[in-house]
Amino acid sequence: MSQPAVRVIDVVKRYGALTALDGVRLEVAQGEFFGLLGPNGAGKTTLISALAGLVRPDGGRLEVMGHDVVGDYRQARRNLGVVPQELVFDPFFTVREMLRIQSGYFGLRNNDAWIDEILASLDLTAKADANMRALSGGMKRRVLVAQALVHRPPVIVLDEPTAGVDVALRQGLWQFIRKLNRDGHTIILTTHYLEEAETLCGRLAMLKAGRIVALDTTEDLLRRFASHSLRVRVVGGADLAALGGHPGSGGWWEFAFDRYVEVEAILAKIREAGVDMADMEIGASDLEQVFLQLMQAA
Amino acid sequence: MIGFQTLLKKEILRFWKVSFQTVAAPILNAVLYLLIFSHVLDRHITVYGEIAYTSFLVPGLVMMSVLQNAFANSSSSLIQSKITGNMVFMLLPPLSYREFYVAYVAAAVARGLLVGVGVWLAALPFVHLPVQEPLWALAFAVLGGVVLGSFGVIAGIWADKFDQLAAFQNFIVMPLTMLSGVFYSIHSLPEFWQGVSHFNPFFFMIDGFRYGFFGQSDVSPWISLAVAAVSGLVLAGVTLTMLARGYKLRG
Repeated sequence: MSQPAVRVIDVVKRYGALTALDGVRLEVAQGEFFGLLGPNGAGKTTLISALAGLVRPDGGRLEVMGHDVVGDYRQARRNLGVVPQELVFDPFFTVREMLRIQSGYFGLRNNDAWIDEILASLDLTAKADANMRALSGGMKRRVLVAQALVHRPPVIVLDEPTAGVDVALRQGLWQFIRKLNRDGHTIILTTHYLEEAETLCGRLAMLKAGRIVALDTTEDLLRRFASHSLRVRVVGGADLAALGGHPGSGGWWEFAFDRYVEVEAILAKIREAGVDMADMEIGASDLEQVFLQLMQAA
Repeated sequence: MIGFQTLLKKEILRFWKVSFQTVAAPILNAVLYLLIFSHVLDRHITVYGEIAYTSFLVPGLVMMSVLQNAFANSSSSLIQSKITGNMVFMLLPPLSYREFYVAYVAAAVARGLLVGVGVWLAALPFVHLPVQEPLWALAFAVLGGVVLGSFGVIAGIWADKFDQLAAFQNFIVMPLTMLSGVFYSIHSLPEFWQGVSHFNPFFFMIDGFRYGFFGQSDVSPWISLAVAAVSGLVLAGVTLTMLARGYKLRG
């Protein structure tokens, strides 16, 4: 078993009376596509900042590829690429200058071949010599991704990379990040878009008030928390409570089930009761349901 | 080492790319002081017996420019990075806090020296100015740049707004420079104010720097050197402690 890409051990971070991280413990294996979810203020960005050395934890410790982020910060940081949430840039430089400078900070000279490759992948080649100030928001976002990749880090953290990004660009960005993941990079992602997390992430942690309230594969989370539902609208106000239905508004009744084969039996019961259906729909389980359940509980 | 060199280069490029504002403007400023004060005072005052006032004034203006620009460079660079948020680009890479400190201070010294040399060259057509002890002059210019560059790092890290930084500039750096003997020899002051001047480290830096030109000064250059060196060490210690703890940079 190779060592985990990221290890977070009982990390605590307080800001005055507020406990931003309250004993967070998790591991992310190499090559994973891992999602970090939670409402605003749950501690996602604090956790990422602690991993990146931008925030010093009050307790516990963190490792990147086995290197302690405080004691062995140089190695830890070489192994980590971070795309920050805020759209920040240095107005003094062009895109290429910025990427060269960033390479230099990581001890790399003559990195232009790789820089050209990143620029091409992110569709920024035409803007290589443009000043950062002259770029649109979407382009600045892509430059931030490029900056995080100049030193070819095995672990890449993206903090809300698609916030405020249009649909076409978002798709392009995900394709690129998926490719990085296929090439062996470990990806850690925070996002507010739950469908995004559901389709991309193999495993998820959900944070609430600085604690992990769920940590599992996406598949298992969906299976464990969300049951499917069959909703039918009946003609003439029939009562389906005796058949196991829960009444909704406008003549709708809802039946919960776990596996799709059960639908047949439910429909058979309705038919046998002689009830006529005007409408029917099946609600698939989705991450949003899981998320809401978890955030309302606990 | 490459990381440090890159940060230094970036810091130098940062001011060089806007050199009209960061180098040319302060040179023009100092030359204006020179023209006005020499026009008003040259015929009336001589210093150390035989030195024309304008000649006396030039090293003071050069050193004043070194000090002010060293401070301006590190402090404004840091606060801009903090306010725009691009500080994160320097905090994510594997740079040590010592590399960070030395790069910012070295760039501050570079800008200070560049402006200082510019002022000196611009003044040459107007005055006869010997350079009797160039090594002393250089030592004080570099040391002064280190002191004010470090002070600029402290101010840039501490300040959260441009307003607070301006307070440092206007209420500490500016008065200490103006009252340091740039424009006069403190021997021309009443005894009380001479005594007060001895609590101003800027006075020693400017007096020592002036010694490099005339071989004469208000106090021994060795004393000035000691004051400048101790100031530099104290400020370096404070700055390095702040950086090591991540004060205001790493939450």
